[in-house]
Amino acid sequence: MNIKLSAQNLNISFGQKQVLKNINVAFAENEITALIGPSGCGKSTLLRSFNRMHDLSPDAKISGNLKLEDLDLYDKTVPVTEIRKRIGMVFQKANPFPKSIYENIAYGLKINNLPHGIDVIEKALREAFLWEEVKNDLKMPATRLSGGQQQRLCIARAVALRPEVILMDEPCSALDPVSTLKIEELIMHLKKKYTITIVTHNMQQAQRIADKTVFLYLGEVKEEGPTSQIFNNPKEEMTMNYIKGSFG
Amino acid sequence: MRFKTRLSLDIAFKYIFKITGLLVLAALAGILGMLVYNSFSFFMDVRPFDFITGMEWNPTGKNPKYGMLPLIVSTTLVTFGAMLIAIPLGIGTAAFISEYASAKVKNILKPMIEMLAAVPSVVIGFLGIVLVGPGIADLANLPNGLNALNGAVLLAVMALPTIITIAEDAIHAIPKTYKEASYALGATKWETLCKVTIPAAAPGIIAAIMLGVGRAVGETMTVLMATGNAALLPDGMFDSVKTMTATIAIEMGEVPYRTTHYFALYAIATVLFGMTLVANLVGEYFINRFRKYHAA
Amino acid sequence: MQRKKFKLSSAVEWGTLLLSTGLVCFFLIVILLEIIMKGSGSLSWNFIADIPREGMTKGGILTPIIGTVLLTMLTALFSIPFGVCCAIYLNEYAENNWLTRIIRAAIRNLSGVPSIIYGLFGLALFVQALQFGTSMLAAGMTLGLLSLPYIITTTEEALMRIPASMREAALAVGATKFETIKDVVIPSAMPGILTGVVLTLSRAAGETAPILFTGAAFYINGVGGAVNNEFMALPYHLYMLSTQHQSIEEVRPIAYGTALVLIIVVFLMNLTAFYIRYKYRKNEY
Repeated sequence: MNIKLSAQNLNISFGQKQVLKNINVAFAENEITALIGPSGCGKSTLLRSFNRMHDLSPDAKISGNLKLEDLDLYDKTVPVTEIRKRIGMVFQKANPFPKSIYENIAYGLKINNLPHGIDVIEKALREAFLWEEVKNDLKMPATRLSGGQQQRLCIARAVALRPEVILMDEPCSALDPVSTLKIEELIMHLKKKYTITIVTHNMQQAQRIADKTVFLYLGEVKEEGPTSQIFNNPKEEMTMNYIKGSFG
Repeated sequence: MRFKTRLSLDIAFKYIFKITGLLVLAALAGILGMLVYNSFSFFMDVRPFDFITGMEWNPTGKNPKYGMLPLIVSTTLVTFGAMLIAIPLGIGTAAFISEYASAKVKNILKPMIEMLAAVPSVVIGFLGIVLVGPGIADLANLPNGLNALNGAVLLAVMALPTIITIAEDAIHAIPKTYKEASYALGATKWETLCKVTIPAAAPGIIAAIMLGVGRAVGETMTVLMATGNAALLPDGMFDSVKTMTATIAIEMGEVPYRTTHYFALYAIATVLFGMTLVANLVGEYFINRFRKYHAA
Repeated sequence: MQRKKFKLSSAVEWGTLLLSTGLVCFFLIVILLEIIMKGSGSLSWNFIADIPREGMTKGGILTPIIGTVLLTMLTALFSIPFGVCCAIYLNEYAENNWLTRIIRAAIRNLSGVPSIIYGLFGLALFVQALQFGTSMLAAGMTLGLLSLPYIITTTEEALMRIPASMREAALAVGATKFETIKDVVIPSAMPGILTGVVLTLSRAAGETAPILFTGAAFYINGVGGAVNNEFMALPYHLYMLSTQHQSIEEVRPIAYGTALVLIIVVFLMNLTAFYIRYKYRKNEY
C-alpha cells in the first residue's frame, strides 16, 4: 500500500499555546482516514497543516516534516498554490463563491490555467452527484442551492482540479441526516480515485466510511489503526471512553 | 495566466496595498508639517504668548495686531451655545429612539437623522441668513440677527446627528439585565432610564458630546455665513463674532503669499487643529472605555 | 390616587423625550420646507440647463452643476483607489503591530481634521507646491484627501463582514492571496463598499470650505469643465450668492433654487446608498 500523505514529528503552536505535539501519521492512497477526538484536540489543525492553511495566521509556528509522497509540503521553493491544487479541501460549512454554479467550478480551473469548458464542469458535477439536479440551472447563483447541494458543489469544486488528496473538515456537521447520507455515499465513491482524510465528530459516520481511524487527544495521537479495531477493540482505555461517549 | 506572472502580481500588489497605507501616514504628516512649518515662520515675527493672549485681531491695520484671543473666545462661545442646545436635545432623542420608539418609528427616525446629517453646511448657513437671523432680529429687537446665537443654533443642528447617533449606540448597548434588575426593584421606566441606563452609558454619551464639539469647533461655512464676523471680543450671545475657521476662510483669499498675515492664518489653523484633536481624542478615549465594559 | 399620579408624571417624562425628538424632526422639516417652498419657484428646465447670465442675476446654474458633477468625479477618482487599497491593506494584510496601529490612528485623526484645514493643505500642496494653480484638479485632490478616511473606514467595515470561510474557499483551490481578494473578497464586499463610497461622495459634493482657496470661482464664462481651470460649484455658488454678490436681495430666488438643487443632488446620492444597502441586506450571501 502506498503512503500518500504523511506527517513526521509535527509540532504546531499558536503563540504560546502548543496545539499539536510530535504527531506521526501516514495516510494511504485510495483510503479514507478519519480523524476523531474531542473538541480542541487539534484534529482540524492537523488537517489544515497539510494544505498550508496556517500560512494565514502569522502567529502559527510549525516544525516537522509534512510530505505528499516525496514532496516536502513546506519546502520554500514549492509554491503554496501548487500544493493547494494537489491537495483539495472541503470545509465544515459549505462556502460556495457568490457566483453562479458554473463559475464556482470554473474558477479554480481558470486561475490554474486548466481547461474549463462545459465538459470539464459536467464531469466534476457528475462526480459529485450533482449534475442531474443542476444541469439546467448552471447560471443560477450557487447560494440558492440547499445546504447539502452547496456542500456537494464544494466537493465538485475541489474534484474539478483533479487533486491527489481531498481534506474534509467535518463536511456534514451542518447538514440534515438525508444530505449527510448522500455525501457519505459520495465520499465512498470518491475514494476509488482520491486519498481522503476526514475530520468528524460523528462516531457512526467514521465507522460507516473510514478505512482507518486516528484518535487524537490534547494534541497527541493516542491511538490509530483500522476503523473496526479502533471501534470494536481499542487498546487504550481513553479511546474506549471517547467512542462510548463518556466525554467529548 | 502563466504561473510566474500570477506570483509576481501577488507580490506586487502586496506592496501596492502597503504603500497606500503608508500614504495615509504621509498625508497626516504633510498636514502636520505644513501647520508646524508655517506657524514657525509666523512665530519668528510674533511671540506665541502675544498671539494666544492678544486682545486685538487686526492684521491689516497700519500697526498690525495678531491677538487671537477674540477668535478663540468667539469659537468657544458659539460652540458652548451650540452644545447647550444640542446636548439635551441629542440625549433626549437618543433615549427616545433607543428606549421608547417602536421598530416602526425607529425606521422613520433613523433615516431622518441621516438626512439631517446629509444637509450640506452651506445650506444650513444660508438658512441662518434667510431664516434664523431675521427670526432672532425680530424676537430680540436687533438690527440684524447675524450673531453668536444664530451660529450656535445652526451649529447645534449640525452637531445633533453626530451626538444622537453615537449616544443612541451607547444607550442601546446597555445590557437588558441592568434594566431588568432595576424594574425588579420596582423602578419605573423613566427612573430606570435616568438612574441606570444613562449613567451606565455615560462614557459613550460623553464621547458623543466630545465628537459633537469637535464637529462644531471645526465647522466653517455656517459660522462664516451666520455670525457677522466682527473680530471683537464678544460680550454675549447677541454680539457678532468671528470664529477661527471663519477668519481663515475670509482672510486667506485676500492675503499676499508668505507674509506675516499669511503665516498667522496657518498659526490659527494649528490652534484649531489642536482643539479638534483634543476633542476627538477625549471622545475616542471614552468610546474605548465604554467598549471595554460593554463589548457587544 | 397613586395610580393617577404615576400616569401624569409618566406622561410628562414621556413628553420630554418626545419633545426633543420632535424638535430635531422639526429642524429637518423646517430646513426642507423652507428650501423646497421658496426654491421650487425658481426651479425650471431653463434654470438647470442655462448658464448664469447678466452678473448672475438672470439665467440658470448649469455651470455650477457641471462643476460640482466633474469635481465629485475627480474626488472619486482620487479617493476610491487609494481608499479601497488602504482598506485592503489594513484588513487583509496588516499584522497587528505598531505600524498598523499608527496608520489606524492617523486615519481616525484625519477624519476629525476640520475641512478648512484640508483647504489650507490643498492650497499649500496642490496649488502652490505642485503648481497646479487654483484649479478643479487641485480642488478635486483636496476633496479626495478629505474623503479618504471615510472611504477607508467604510470599505474596511465591508471587508470585515466577509467571512474567513470565503477567503479559504478561494485559497483552497489554489488562488493566490491577491486573486482571492480580487475575485472573491471584493466582489462579495462590493455593495458595502459602494454604499460607503456614495455616502462619502455626497458629503464631498456639498463641501465648501476645502474648495474656497483651491479653485472655486465667483464666476466663469461659459459652461466650464476644464480640469486645469477654475470652476463654479453648487455649494460655493450658494455661499457667494447669499453673502458676496453685489445685489444680494435680487439674486435671493436664484440662491434658493441653488440650495434646492444642491439638496436634491445630495439626497439623491444618499437615497442611492440606502437603496444599495437595503438590497444588499435582503439577499446577503
